[in-house]
Amino acid sequence: MSARDNILGRIRKAQGRSGTEPTAAELAQVRADIARRAPGPIPAIGRASDLQRQFTHACDRVGTSHGEVASLEDVPAEARRYLDANALEPRLVGWHELAGLDWTSAGIALEDRPARGSDRASVTTCFCAIAETGTLLLLSSPATPKATALLPETHVCVASKSRLVPNMEAAFALLRAERGEPPRATWFVSGPSRTADIEQTLVIGAHGPYRVHVILVP
Amino acid sequence: MQVQSMFFKRTASEKLNDALLQRNMANLKSKFVDGRARAITEIEDWEEIRTHAAALRDRTIANLDAYLVEFERNATRRGARVHWAQTAADACRIAVEIAQANGVRKVTKSKSMVSEEVNLNERLEEAGIQVVETDLGEYILQLAQEPPSHIVAPAIHKSKEQVADLFEAAHHKPRSTDIPALTQEAREALREHFLTADMGISGANFVIAETGTTLTVTNEGNADMVTTVPRIHCVITGIEKVIPTLEDFATLIRLLPRSAIGQGIANYLTLTTGVKGEGDLDGPEQTHVILVDAGRTRLVGSDMQAMLRCIRCGACMNHCPVYQNVGGHAYGWVYPGPMGSVLTPVYVGIENAGDLPNAATFCGECQVVCPVKIPLPDLMRKLREQQFETKQRPFGERLALNAWAFMARRPRLYAAFTRIASRIGAWMGGRDKLIHSLPGIDGWTKGRDMPAPAGKTFRELYRERRPSPQPSRKGEGA
Repeated sequence: MSARDNILGRIRKAQGRSGTEPTAAELAQVRADIARRAPGPIPAIGRASDLQRQFTHACDRVGTSHGEVASLEDVPAEARRYLDANALEPRLVGWHELAGLDWTSAGIALEDRPARGSDRASVTTCFCAIAETGTLLLLSSPATPKATALLPETHVCVASKSRLVPNMEAAFALLRAERGEPPRATWFVSGPSRTADIEQTLVIGAHGPYRVHVILVP
Repeated sequence: MQVQSMFFKRTASEKLNDALLQRNMANLKSKFVDGRARAITEIEDWEEIRTHAAALRDRTIANLDAYLVEFERNATRRGARVHWAQTAADACRIAVEIAQANGVRKVTKSKSMVSEEVNLNERLEEAGIQVVETDLGEYILQLAQEPPSHIVAPAIHKSKEQVADLFEAAHHKPRSTDIPALTQEAREALREHFLTADMGISGANFVIAETGTTLTVTNEGNADMVTTVPRIHCVITGIEKVIPTLEDFATLIRLLPRSAIGQGIANYLTLTTGVKGEGDLDGPEQTHVILVDAGRTRLVGSDMQAMLRCIRCGACMNHCPVYQNVGGHAYGWVYPGPMGSVLTPVYVGIENAGDLPNAATFCGECQVVCPVKIPLPDLMRKLREQQFETKQRPFGERLALNAWAFMARRPRLYAAFTRIASRIGAWMGGRDKLIHSLPGIDGWTKGRDMPAPAGKTFRELYRERRPSPQPSRKGEGA
């Protein structure tokens, strides 16, 4: 008998069932339970009527700064303002979908490639943003490498207000509707990387970005 | 990790007298206990979510085999390989084989308590593979060659001066006790390892049956590195971590970081499914998931089954007056605090767990704060009963309990005995009404004075003070 059979067999025996494999009926029942995708109770902060207000409020709490622009074309200027305000070099490595914007006029050198360990700042988009917790949901794909959002010290993220969702349940519903399944890397970012492992003292910037800045576009 | 739980009593007294540890543990209450209390007020009906979460964990455990098979099916469909390990040794063997088959020389690890359980680092190192812990706390402990003392904040017992000494020796840089500078130093030292490791090993806070996803919850972002950069990703996790759907994760994540460290959400929730896709520029070519039993199936269907709900937040230890005073190392194995006092006997054998089920005041706080409502005091009480029934408690203790049980079933004898005992106790208390030593059972008085009994039993006092139903019979019982 394989380890798998032994483990499943022990579970089944402990629950008064025989064999080493769930029956077709048992599997069907479990799949039906999964298919219901019954959500749990959602608290008031996850049911906000003013999504943008709840989102920016939650961003403030997790340490994500935010700006808002009137159109996607204004993103480079806002990015420049943010980089200058933090005394950062006007240099970004970014996801391909943003490469078409006019970065040069804003005085930013944008490189359309995945980030390397030496890159200081990056710009990405996100799949959607969650108002309840000020969270950005990012998905990996050939055009959206995860390293770009992870390795640099500064991460600028463009989020569309039309893709603000009230809670994580709504984000998953959107993911299923548009992508079917989660891609290889599906990750939620709520503020800059942090640690409190030395004397429970909070320090920003453990392994991921020190700064996360969201630019809200229509 | 070698089990040292049988030495709990001795180690606990040592820890109580360790001034440095006592100072280092002082942060626990203000940060974690007060933090949680604040964080749960953000949710108007915390209880409702706890109830839902406990029920969903129970429902999954009741069909654990089918959920695991469903997880396996979906993970495999997405290109991951699922391995089953019955024992700690099997889990390590599988991980070492994966590493060797792929010529792995360096492994970066994000925090995994299961890997601590099974001694994975030692086994990998024996096979000539370099292992680098990347969670800051775990990295500190790897340098110190110590086990974690807390499941969420593993180096909680270390002061910044102790960390500074370790870093000075390891990094050969000027010594600093500035916490941000120490963190920066670790970031720089570990960045190099992240980028050059062949294999990343992570634990999993949950695995999702619906999608075949494994996931980690971190604040540092180290699990993101470990699961993104190396060409192989290996997940090691317990079979009880399976949950049905993404929605269930959404529920549990409202509870986990709030209960653990008083944070509304953790910075990184890292879901990984399958392998690097066609055309992807990063992500691993191989993903392995090792599902570990190592004692877990013994809980299924037993009167300890509720323990399988545990989501490893650490709230029970943060709020435990025993843990707060002795720290995690006294418990002698991977899991400290009330959850450890239950898991250690079950996983490593009750005969190796010594006094752990007794390492509790039964104040009940652990059950109150548990996000999935595990009745921890009840489970510890059941373990005490097992130890008593299988004669694992000392002879004197069993004799005393048997004598007490004999009397407790005979009310007149009990009343007579307690009447005499309370009078002797009151006399022993003397003028300051404190008993300073009890010959033969000095465990009660070695570390503190015992308040002397009042000299009369409760029943005597009750009879004296009870308003009589019929005034004519007043004074009869006096």
